[in-house]
Amino acid sequence: MLKHTSKPADEKTKALCDATFAKLQAAFGSAIEKAEVEYDFPEITVSRDKIFEILKFLKEDKEQDYHFLTTMCGLHYPENKGHEFGLMYQLHNMPQNRRIRIKTFFPASDLEMPTVIPLWDSANWMERQEFDFFGIRFKGHPNLKRILNMEDIDFFPMRKDFALEDPTRDDKDDSMFGR
Amino acid sequence: MATAEEKVYSTLNLGPTHPATHGIFQNVLHMDGEIIIDAEPTIGYIHRSFEKLAERRPFNQITPITDRLNYCSSPINNMGWHMTVEKLIGAELPKRVEYLRVIIMELARIADHIICNSVIGVDTGALTGFTYIFQWREKIYDIYEEICGARLTTNVGRIGGFERQWSEKAWTMIDAFMKEFPKGLKEFESLLVRNRIFMERTIKAGPVSADMALSYGFTGPNLRAAGVDYDVRVMNPYSSYQDFDFIVPIGTQGDVYDRFMVRQEEMWQSMSIINQAIAKVDKKKGEFHGDVPEFYLPEKADVYNNMEALIYHFKIVMGETDVPKGEVYHAVEGANGELGFYLISDGGRTPYRLHFRRPCFIYYQAYPEIIKGGMLSDAILTMSSMNVIAGELDA
Amino acid sequence: MALTETKRTKLEMAEKPDGLEGPGFFAGKLEDLVGMARKNSIWPLPFATSCCGIEFMATMASHYDLGRFGSERLSFSPRQADLLMVMGTISKKMGPILKQVYIQMAEPRWVLSVGACASSGGIFDTYSVLQGIDRIIPVDVYVPGCPPRPEQILEGVMKIQELVEKESFRRRQSAEYKELLGKYGIE
Repeated sequence: MLKHTSKPADEKTKALCDATFAKLQAAFGSAIEKAEVEYDFPEITVSRDKIFEILKFLKEDKEQDYHFLTTMCGLHYPENKGHEFGLMYQLHNMPQNRRIRIKTFFPASDLEMPTVIPLWDSANWMERQEFDFFGIRFKGHPNLKRILNMEDIDFFPMRKDFALEDPTRDDKDDSMFGR
Repeated sequence: MATAEEKVYSTLNLGPTHPATHGIFQNVLHMDGEIIIDAEPTIGYIHRSFEKLAERRPFNQITPITDRLNYCSSPINNMGWHMTVEKLIGAELPKRVEYLRVIIMELARIADHIICNSVIGVDTGALTGFTYIFQWREKIYDIYEEICGARLTTNVGRIGGFERQWSEKAWTMIDAFMKEFPKGLKEFESLLVRNRIFMERTIKAGPVSADMALSYGFTGPNLRAAGVDYDVRVMNPYSSYQDFDFIVPIGTQGDVYDRFMVRQEEMWQSMSIINQAIAKVDKKKGEFHGDVPEFYLPEKADVYNNMEALIYHFKIVMGETDVPKGEVYHAVEGANGELGFYLISDGGRTPYRLHFRRPCFIYYQAYPEIIKGGMLSDAILTMSSMNVIAGELDA
Repeated sequence: MALTETKRTKLEMAEKPDGLEGPGFFAGKLEDLVGMARKNSIWPLPFATSCCGIEFMATMASHYDLGRFGSERLSFSPRQADLLMVMGTISKKMGPILKQVYIQMAEPRWVLSVGACASSGGIFDTYSVLQGIDRIIPVDVYVPGCPPRPEQILEGVMKIQELVEKESFRRRQSAEYKELLGKYGIE
């Protein structure tokens, strides 16, 4: 029973999304897979092989000028065979107040991504966090170790197949607590 | 005798439990006498896996988790989360509710900056400022307690507004606080701001240039002290911040003194915002929540008489509300910078993926770079002036 | 902030233990006197990790004032501390460090577990959080709350004071105590 419906994206964001998509397609062709507007963010899905060049273009091109990496986040969709894992980058152009989201997907059998530390220093720990949580390896990272969990664990906690709860607790009744 | 090539550096472990590091993170420092050559930080000592926990909890049960991100200013985190879910479902709130939210968020900002600035004072040895100004934090705790029942980890408000009308006592306390806090803040300022020793300790300690700050993802007072006037409240206004008139203070060198002064001035600006909000709000009557039946509990009288209200009540309490599918990112100006919530919803009762863009985590990476070449005591000051809160660092 | 007047005229410093009193001397049990001295001068080690640590800062500040109970001097060095106050969530990464700090403390030592996270893992039943510090060190008093109010923390300290007052000299060398430590793997 949904009372509200999400607001449709406004015209300015749609125009920005289309313009950026066109620019990127002109520069990178088929590596740019699709573009859509999610709420108030233009979101462009690209293929993994050109991801570093695409981000470099977005950062260094005078017109795009996305000089700030807001955040980076790993994604796991176990049902999308062949595209189970993904990475989302959110970029920000402060002088013109534009934000954009870039997503890329890759299969579980090949969890490698190029590092974007040469572009933004803040990617260092963000990539370590995604390695810690999902097991995505970043080629070229100077210090790819676990950052939040203990270094000697061998599982990747944020994957969907990993359970949340502490396995050593034996006093909670699973049927009551829904573990 | 060691030649220039064979210099041996001593290693100092600024361990996880240390009185001067306010929070638990470890730094192994390589030192040449008193100068720091290199630092290796280790974090994760309080990793409580919020992102995984959020995938298990219905939307209104995630608010207590967001409390514990930056626990010195929990209301800002709570409001940020509520606004994210409201953005997801497309709910709009009445102006009065947004102004009340602004009051609570600015009080939280003042509370956080009180801690940060008094702790900078403590790290230089000035304990008096801490004992004087912490009294005012108790007054803010009293206001929170009257509005929502808790002092520190507030879980204030609901998705859709506030749980009840703010009582007369709460308004009396807010008015009394706004009348008396300027005196207390001036007293604190008179101890530190033009204090010769404090200035000598903090000016030119731990400087950050604007380019370095932007490259390392700084936001908030740390970025503003480096000279970049980026404030989420101005750039992407939320909760009717565009209706308020305030200045965004910036510094020049990004050193400890600039960060201290930026936070000090932000406290004055927050007080101005709260006064403007109090003037705009009718204290006695008016709505205290929007029309968000998916998440906001209906009136008990309706639950007993109206079928629709009964169904909504059941769904909300059991956590089985319907939400649209989608991805939304919402950022608020936390006390440390841009606190972002990236929510992927698949239409189910819990988020599919919730990622917190935690400002402390992102800017703490720059710490080894900032303290290289400086002295150990400056390193301690830099850490406390960057306001690293362990809960937000590790999540 | 005006001070209210109190009607008390007789100020009691502390409860006198049982003993034989006379002009210029007081004879009592050594254990009682040492207990009284110890309980009013506990030096805590604040092991503050998260939100409960901020409530501890409020307890130390002038409004609630832990210093009234003799704990004015906080000791961050375990060698010089009597009471280990564990405040906040202890993750599994932090566990060995907590245990090391506890082992470094000299006898007699007490442990106060402040907050739900330290007592039992709290709301964080997750893979990375230690579900209660009593899995790795023996605990004397638990203070529930999330976070507990400063008054609750003070009551926890007062309960510790009761334990300190009544403790016998031989307890730390007794076989039960050694067995207790043995259960945690501490010598």
